[in-house]
Amino acid sequence: MLDIALKISLTLVMLALLLNTFRLTVGPSLPDRILALDTMYVNSIALIVLLGLWLGTKTYFEAAVLIAMLGFISTVAVCKYLLRGDIIE
Amino acid sequence: MTFYVILEGVISLLLIAGGAFAFIGSLGMAHLRDFYMRLHGPTKATTMGIGCTLVASMLYFGIADSEPVVQEILIALFLFITAPVSAHLLAKTGLHLQLKYVDKTRGHPVELQEEEVGQTPVPHGSPPERDPITLDKRPNGH
Repeated sequence: MLDIALKISLTLVMLALLLNTFRLTVGPSLPDRILALDTMYVNSIALIVLLGLWLGTKTYFEAAVLIAMLGFISTVAVCKYLLRGDIIE
Repeated sequence: MTFYVILEGVISLLLIAGGAFAFIGSLGMAHLRDFYMRLHGPTKATTMGIGCTLVASMLYFGIADSEPVVQEILIALFLFITAPVSAHLLAKTGLHLQLKYVDKTRGHPVELQEEEVGQTPVPHGSPPERDPITLDKRPNGH
């Protein structure tokens, strides 16, 4: 039962990543692309967690923590750049 | 024995719910027509989806390894703190760049309204009766 649920969940997250890629390439404005990248970070964290469940190891969760922190910081940096024209004032 | 069967069912349900929430959030971001609408999908549904996935992983590794789980709690805490902040910053960026919006988007904030200076005629005649406290404030709050 767990195998089937893992496969369904992996498929759904992969479809979500494909939709994010669509919005990243199409997105008419710059905040759309930033939003797509932010969602891609979150979905890739979900993918890493599912990979850890699939392989039965907790090794890759450190990478998930790193992706969470760096994704937030990069989103804030790009948003501040678009808002103020400068990152650190 | 039945405990493990029930636990497996709960973990499977949480996994499928997490994947479905993540997919629905991304579908909303890909499908909706407006940046301010598109902001709704990832900030709420995707966060919910990854929360479900992390709870499933926490249950699985907490039972299988019988060790305290730290990384999942860290990821969940960090994501649930930072998702509203990044959404707020993205909304502020969209308002600052004055992105276009369709008419179905509810709530027209001040930053997106057109300037009314010189467009509406100044009413002549006797001034309308007002509370003297609010007399010197500008109308519509801007």
